[in-house]
Amino acid sequence: MRRLLPALFPVLLLVVVAACGGGGPDRDELILATTTSTMDSGLLDVLIPAFEEESGYRVTPVAVGSGQALELGRRGEADVLLVHAPEAEERFMAEGHGVDRRLVMHNDFVIVGPPEDPAGARAAAATREVLSRIAAAGARFISRGDDSGTHQLERALWQAAGIDPEGEAWYVVSGQGMGATLGVANERRGYTLTDRATYLALRDRLDLEILHQGDPVLRNVYHVIQVDPSKNDRVNAEGAQAFAEFLVGERAQEIIGEFGRDRFGEPLFTPDAGKDEADLR
Amino acid sequence: MDLIWDGLRQSFWLLVRGDARVYEIMLRSLLASGAATLLALLIGVPAGTFLALRRFPGRALVLSAVHSGMGLPPVVVGLVLSVLFWRTGPLGDLGLLYTVRAIVIAQTVIATPIVTGFTVAGIQALDPRLRLQILALGASRLQLLWLLLKEARLPLMAAVIAAFGAVISEVGAAIQVGSIIRGETELLTTATVLATQRGDFGLAFALSVILLALVFCVNAVFTLIQQRGPRP
Repeated sequence: MRRLLPALFPVLLLVVVAACGGGGPDRDELILATTTSTMDSGLLDVLIPAFEEESGYRVTPVAVGSGQALELGRRGEADVLLVHAPEAEERFMAEGHGVDRRLVMHNDFVIVGPPEDPAGARAAAATREVLSRIAAAGARFISRGDDSGTHQLERALWQAAGIDPEGEAWYVVSGQGMGATLGVANERRGYTLTDRATYLALRDRLDLEILHQGDPVLRNVYHVIQVDPSKNDRVNAEGAQAFAEFLVGERAQEIIGEFGRDRFGEPLFTPDAGKDEADLR
Repeated sequence: MDLIWDGLRQSFWLLVRGDARVYEIMLRSLLASGAATLLALLIGVPAGTFLALRRFPGRALVLSAVHSGMGLPPVVVGLVLSVLFWRTGPLGDLGLLYTVRAIVIAQTVIATPIVTGFTVAGIQALDPRLRLQILALGASRLQLLWLLLKEARLPLMAAVIAAFGAVISEVGAAIQVGSIIRGETELLTTATVLATQRGDFGLAFALSVILLALVFCVNAVFTLIQQRGPRP
């Protein structure tokens, strides 16, 4: 009997774990894998309740990087994806992991810097030219250097401009997230590439202005993808379809177009459902 | 600097006004980490007692593993558990991923080696003659264990404090197995991360202040229990 007592604890634990068990797949549950940007901006906090109320589904949002979101889809661990990595998405579709891919919205990146604009970025029309001017003037540029989506875009933009900034004295690597990098740019009076939402959220604390925007290369286009239901019997195909249709529908598009106006004075995303893909490039 | 004052002020008002969401997050953090600490005690104390009193081949190896486990990185725990909990994973049928239950399990995994390690150290630090004396007085084995644990109550409470502190302040595992679902799996730590990423530094500071205050209050209670009673 005394020997039994220590053995009882694992049994007790098993009981606890078993009590936690939920059972088979629940057709009302829906896993949405998406990027941190949609979660961080707060857009999902508005869209998901609207969808849940309308459809009766319950959505579990998982905010990760675009790469991880696509990987979760590839493994059938998510039902629907809302991502912004067009090339990787096209590969995902070509490999047959998704059944439908629809254009939802876009937001954009901007180049900010000190209002006195030492490199004359304001006068440039194309992003490529802005970067050439910064390099030619030797004006300080702060890079995130963290291999994030923003940093990858920044590298691609330098490459397109035919400039290799690595190792230059004016090229400062912060190694941090967007908010911290904007702080460094502010203290060191440098230029940096940022998504509009983060800049607007921190604008009051920064003495930095938007000096360049609007070039199509600075766009961040979001698609909704329904994961191929033949992957495993747990993928919720109907729920995924309902969510995708909701996102491109009138109500969600209106919410997207208005989102952020009350807090920042301007919307953070532009609704694009039904538009021609080519118009956004 | 103004941010810190704003945070203090905001946390004060959130608590005084009785902000439902903040109270809910606070309660969830407390319950999840409390449950994890309790489960860790249920596993760790018997395991630690066993390791302290028994000699068996491979004991040094097990002890080394326990001591390494005391520094188990939460992100590793989170990664391994989320792969196990995936719906296509071996434990997928339990439907645990992205629930508070998953967070409790992850935190239990983090806390158990801490409790076990402290228990081993606490019991081994007792005078070995004490054991003989108790046995000589005719105590049963169960009574012996009970008296030893009672003698080791100071290190045992230290175990509780360390384990609770580790899990309530942990983010990596909670985000991975629980995500940050509003009204369901938000914790003080993960909600702070989200608020920071949103640039909502005021709320982030407020949540941090509340977390620190909560940890302080809980530890004050633990410490009072620990220091209570006749001579240390």
